[in-house]
Amino acid sequence: MNDLLDLTATEAVARIEAGDVDPDELFEVYRERAAADDLNAFTWVADGPDQRANKQGPLRGVPMGVKDLFCTEGVPSQAGSRILEGYLPPYTATAVRNAQAAGAALLGKTNQDEFAMGSSNENSGFGPVRNPWDRERVPGGSSGGSAAAVAAGLVPWALGTDTGGSVRQPAALCGIVGLKPTYGAISRYGMIAFASSLDQCGPLTRTVADAALLFGHLVGRDPCDATSLGMPEPVLVPTAERLDGIRLGVPDELTGEGIQAGVLETFQATLRLAEELGATVDTCRLPHADHALSAYYVLAPAEASSNLARYDGVRYGLRHEGDDDLISMYTRTRHDGFGPEVKRRIMLGTYALSSGYYDAYYGRAQQVRTKIAEDFRTAFEAFDFVVTPTAPTVAFRLGEKVDDPLSMYLTDFCTVPMPLAGIPAISIPNGLSEGLPTGFQLAGPAFSENRILDAAHALEQAIGFDGSKARQ
Amino acid sequence: MIDREQVLHVARLARLELTDDEVERMASELSTILDHVDRMTELDLEGVPPTTHVVEVTGALRADNPRPSWPRDVMLAAAPAEKDGGFLVPSPQAQ
Repeated sequence: MNDLLDLTATEAVARIEAGDVDPDELFEVYRERAAADDLNAFTWVADGPDQRANKQGPLRGVPMGVKDLFCTEGVPSQAGSRILEGYLPPYTATAVRNAQAAGAALLGKTNQDEFAMGSSNENSGFGPVRNPWDRERVPGGSSGGSAAAVAAGLVPWALGTDTGGSVRQPAALCGIVGLKPTYGAISRYGMIAFASSLDQCGPLTRTVADAALLFGHLVGRDPCDATSLGMPEPVLVPTAERLDGIRLGVPDELTGEGIQAGVLETFQATLRLAEELGATVDTCRLPHADHALSAYYVLAPAEASSNLARYDGVRYGLRHEGDDDLISMYTRTRHDGFGPEVKRRIMLGTYALSSGYYDAYYGRAQQVRTKIAEDFRTAFEAFDFVVTPTAPTVAFRLGEKVDDPLSMYLTDFCTVPMPLAGIPAISIPNGLSEGLPTGFQLAGPAFSENRILDAAHALEQAIGFDGSKARQ
Repeated sequence: MIDREQVLHVARLARLELTDDEVERMASELSTILDHVDRMTELDLEGVPPTTHVVEVTGALRADNPRPSWPRDVMLAAAPAEKDGGFLVPSPQAQ
C-alpha cells in the first residue's frame, strides 16, 4: 500500500497503463485515507468510485481532490461558507468536467477559506485545516485543504483557485507544487465567484510534471465563460534539466524587507543552483509592486461585494426565518451566513464602490493595475522569468494572525502582483527553513506556461526536495 | 478614518446587519486597512488608463442558437421556500 502512496500521479497513470496497478484499488486506498483525514482537509469524501470519470481517458482514473467552491453536481459545494451549507448544485464546473472527461476521479471536496478570502484557511465556515508538517500551524490559503491533502498523501493531486495567491501560497507552505495559469486559460464556469477579473483555477500537485499533466486537461475555451481563451499551444510535459540561456530577474521590491531570513536563504541558495544550471541571475525592477497589495485589497473586495450580493436567502442556501419583510430577511440572512472576513471584505468593497469614494479607491486601483502590468511587460523585455520567494514566511501558527487582518493581507505581497497582471506563475518546493517548507516562485509572460513548467522542472530536479515526511 | 456612521451607511448599502460590537470592530479594522491602501495616493497616475480586463479577448460571442434552459423544478430544488413554481419571499413592503 505504501508503494502506491509513493507514486506521483504521472507514475500512477503509467503503472495503470502498464497493468501493474488497478485504478479502483488506487482510488480505494486514497479514499480510506481521505475518509480518515484528521487535518480537516476535506469537507466531503466520496463513498465510492466516481461514475463520471472516464477511466479510459489519459488520466486513467487517478483520484483528484476538488476545492469546495467548484460546483459539482449532486455533491455539496459550499465555498467554505455556512451560507451555502449543504448546497447541491445542479451542474458541474467546466474545469472539473474536463478533468473527469480526461479520467481524473473525484475523491473529495477540499476545505478552504470562506469564498476563497484568506491566507491561512482559518476563515473556513467548517473549521481550520492543519498543516501536515506541523499540525499547530496553518496550511496557507485559501486552497489550504487542497494543499494539505496533497502534501499529506490523502490525494495525489487537487484543484484549487488563485485570486491573489490562493494556489501558490498554500502550495509553498505545504511543500508541494502550485500553478496559477494565465487568466482565461481555464474556464471559470461553475467556480463560485470571489473576484471575477482575478480568479483562476490551478492544479496543486506533488511534482511539476504532475502539474503539467493535469493543467493540460483543464484548459480550453468554454462557451459558458466568455473570458475563457484556452492555451494557444498544446501543454507539454516538462523535460528540461538545464537552464542554459535563461535570464532570471529578481525584483528588489519583492525580495527585501519583510522576508524571513531563513526563507531568503533558501531562495538565494536556489538562485545559485539556477546559475549552476546555466541561468543568469540579475536584479530587475517592478517599481509599482509596493502598491500591488493596496490595489488588490480594493479591487478584489469591490468585485466580491458585487458577486456576493446573490446570497440573499431567496434562491439557495441559508435563510433567516421569521422576518415579515424582505429587507430584514436579506440583512439577517447575510449577518448569520457570512463569517467575519467575508463581512469585512464586503464592507471594504462596498465602501470603495460607494458614491464619493469610487474614483479615489476603485478607479485609482484600476490605474495601479495598469502600471503593474506595464512593469511586468518591461521586465520581460530583459528577463525570461521574474522569480521571488512565494511567501515571505514559513507556515505560521494557528491563531497567530487572525485578529490582525492587515498583517494577514501582507503575507500575500509576493503573489498578488501576478494576477493583477493576468500572468502565470508557479510555486515549487524550495527546501526547508526551521523544518518547514518554503516556496520558490517563477512568473512569466501571459501563456508562457510551457516555458515556466520546463524551467520549474529543471530547478525541481536540482533542488531534490523530499516531501515524504508529510505523508506519514 | 472611517466612523460609526459611515460603517452603518455602508452596511445598509451592502444589505448586511451588524451587531454593535461588529460595527465597533469594523470601524477600527477598515480604518487600518484603508490607511495602508491610501498609500496609492503617493503615485502620479495622471492620464493612466484603468485596467478592467487583463487578457485581450476578441470574438467572445457564441452562436445564438436557442437551447432548453434549466427545468423549473431543478432551479427551485435548493430554494429555502417556494410557492406556485416561484421563489417565496416575505413581503417587500416593510411593516
